Amino acid sequence: MKMYDGKYILAGLIVFIVLATFPVWFTHGKAAPPPELKLDTPVIAKMANKQCVLPKEEMITGHMKLLNDWRTQVVRDGKRMYVASDGKTYEMSLQNECMKCHSNKTLFCDKCHNYAGLQKDADPYCWNCHIAPKENK
Amino acid sequence: METGRRNFLKIGGLCTLGLGSLRLVDAIAKTEEPKFLLNVQALSAKRWAMAIDMKKCWEKGRPGCTDCTLACHSTHNVPDIGTQKEEIKWIWEEKYENVFPRQESGMEPEAIREKPFILLCNHCTNAPCTRVCPTKATFKRPDGITMMDFHRCIGCRYCMAACPYGARSFNFRDPRPFIKTELNTTFPTRERGVVEKCNFCEERLAAGKIPACVEACKCKALCFGDLEDPKSDVRKALASQFSIRRKPELGTEPGVYYVI
Amino acid sequence: MLERALTGSTRYKRLLGVLLVFMGLGFAAYLTQWNRGLTITGLSRDVSWGLYIAQFTFLVGVAASAVMVVLPYYLHDIKAFGKITILGEFLAIAACTMCALFVLVDMGKPMRLLNIFIYPTPNSILFWDVIVLNGYLLLNIFIGWNVLEAERKGTHYPNWVKPLIYLSIPWAVSIHTVTAFLYAGLPGRHYWLTAIMAARFLASAFCSGPALLIMLSYLVKKYSKFDPGKEAIDKLTTIMTYSMLISVFFVGLEFFTAFYSNIPGEMDSLKYLFIGLDGHHNLVPFMWLFAILAISGVVLLLNPNVRKNEKMLLAAAACVFFSMYIEKGVGLIVAGFIPNPLDQVHEYFPSLPEIMIALGIWATGFFILTVLYKIAISVKEEVA
Repeated sequence: MKMYDGKYILAGLIVFIVLATFPVWFTHGKAAPPPELKLDTPVIAKMANKQCVLPKEEMITGHMKLLNDWRTQVVRDGKRMYVASDGKTYEMSLQNECMKCHSNKTLFCDKCHNYAGLQKDADPYCWNCHIAPKENK
Repeated sequence: METGRRNFLKIGGLCTLGLGSLRLVDAIAKTEEPKFLLNVQALSAKRWAMAIDMKKCWEKGRPGCTDCTLACHSTHNVPDIGTQKEEIKWIWEEKYENVFPRQESGMEPEAIREKPFILLCNHCTNAPCTRVCPTKATFKRPDGITMMDFHRCIGCRYCMAACPYGARSFNFRDPRPFIKTELNTTFPTRERGVVEKCNFCEERLAAGKIPACVEACKCKALCFGDLEDPKSDVRKALASQFSIRRKPELGTEPGVYYVI
Repeated sequence: MLERALTGSTRYKRLLGVLLVFMGLGFAAYLTQWNRGLTITGLSRDVSWGLYIAQFTFLVGVAASAVMVVLPYYLHDIKAFGKITILGEFLAIAACTMCALFVLVDMGKPMRLLNIFIYPTPNSILFWDVIVLNGYLLLNIFIGWNVLEAERKGTHYPNWVKPLIYLSIPWAVSIHTVTAFLYAGLPGRHYWLTAIMAARFLASAFCSGPALLIMLSYLVKKYSKFDPGKEAIDKLTTIMTYSMLISVFFVGLEFFTAFYSNIPGEMDSLKYLFIGLDGHHNLVPFMWLFAILAISGVVLLLNPNVRKNEKMLLAAAACVFFSMYIEKGVGLIVAGFIPNPLDQVHEYFPSLPEIMIALGIWATGFFILTVLYKIAISVKEEVA
């Protein structure tokens, strides 16, 4: 089989592969350490059973979906209470419930979002509207 | 080669379809116990409505009183942009000729012509804004409140063209630097590019509280309640006095009544 | 066939270059809007739609150019149109693209555009408008491209294209009707609340579309070896003349209803447009220009000698096109918001960045049009 314009195609392919794999080879061996999330807020310190609405692993992987479901329930269906699997009820509110315990947004939310390379102040854009708790920095 | 490519595309297409239907199976197979509940202390109604007794406002209120507006705007972090062009307001004052255009006789008592009337979203039963919204970002709740979903609004401003009462404001710019009242940290602000308006304090109703404007009015000119409940304050107020609504000829069925 | 767009005369490349400069300026202006929001426009709380939506509304009409050549050719077998159907279809592609861009730049949250499809809302006319406009765009791309490719190969176009061609005819009517319904169903906007809104849209579309097509055909004839043919232009002129008369008649109907009934709400917007309201008269000069252009166009077109004289015909087509542009692209949308629901007058005038963005989109449309016409003309020249 004859390849027309082979040198252009191959050169283009090589450039593409180099660019596409750029993040892999550029940071090779220099992976940033995963962030340690701080749970040492006053409210969490007072809790006997340090348990969020879902188990930790589920919160790490699924908090965005949970928040989105909460949003739908509150805004569109007018339901504001969430019953966790352990029977405890929570008010479904990022601003008024989540942040009551996690009052350290910069050391909790931001730390992981920055590590994941999410665009600062834009993604997730929760805080464009929701008001973050005051922190003593 | 030709048929090979076609077959590849066909099989590829079928596979994609198959993968897509997996989600459907997931959705059908899922059976969950109800995890989302209404707040126990929430106030509820079949049809929330408001009666505004302008006479009480003018006679008992001090001149220039803006308690209702202040209470609302500080409760909901409504910004003060400072220009007519980009003004954002949920509840405000206008003159009779503007609130009830084409209804003026020109011979009204001076008080009616000159005194301020209070305006807010009418939470119409047949709300034109919800009819035109292309994403259901503004929608009717079963209790009659015309609700805004700020997460979903695409900022097309069709609702502003549709509202016959001028109740809707658009965030032309980031509103946060313009919030002049003390920030209410329990309620969000808005983002640039979305439309906003009065929400009949649905967040306060959910917590068992009456709307902020009603609570703030010292002369009890604002009266809030269930229009379908004959024993409610609103029904009693409307049954004993003559009231009018804005632009009734449009068939929108406003939920805000004016006693003059 | 696309490669034909890559080669061409210096004039062709220079034209593309100029259009690219305007596109670049428009894009730069849009970046400021992206960063600072719609505050950079002249839009306000009371006049919440302006230049962008008005351009969109007018361009939906221009997209009708396609149906006015496709319908006579395929339904009435008028052979003269065979040569220029492609010009109509490619003009429709450019117009629909501009429509989509104008809606996009008008959005407060453009990154949420897909919400329209994620949460489809059949009771919203805007939802249907997005569907019919994109549908019309796709139809014209499929039809135009396949018919042109068949012509290049000297074969008949594939059979599956035929149903699409027939579908495109009622579809063209739907884009005007649905766009008119955007406005005509809103309570409390007196100027828009008129049952003949859709009819007005169709009439003005069927004159402004052919008018632009006549002017473009002239340019094509002048600068290429492809001649769209005198007969086709004559027939287009007839269509344009009747549609223009009907358009002007419809505007007259609005005046009659408003002023004979003497209902203030019906009269206010028209007063604002033509004589000013409460001391506000930003649009008065534009609307009188509309009146002069419209009457000149009608007077010119009614004269058979004018229709036969190429230069005079072009002048008449320009009168028709620009009068309809002012009526739809300047007056109609803004006047719907004046007076506002509280019977106050707050005027609107577009800002400089807003005008630059609009120019940029027009340049984008003409860029697409130039490239598509270049391809079509190369094929026509090659076949001939």
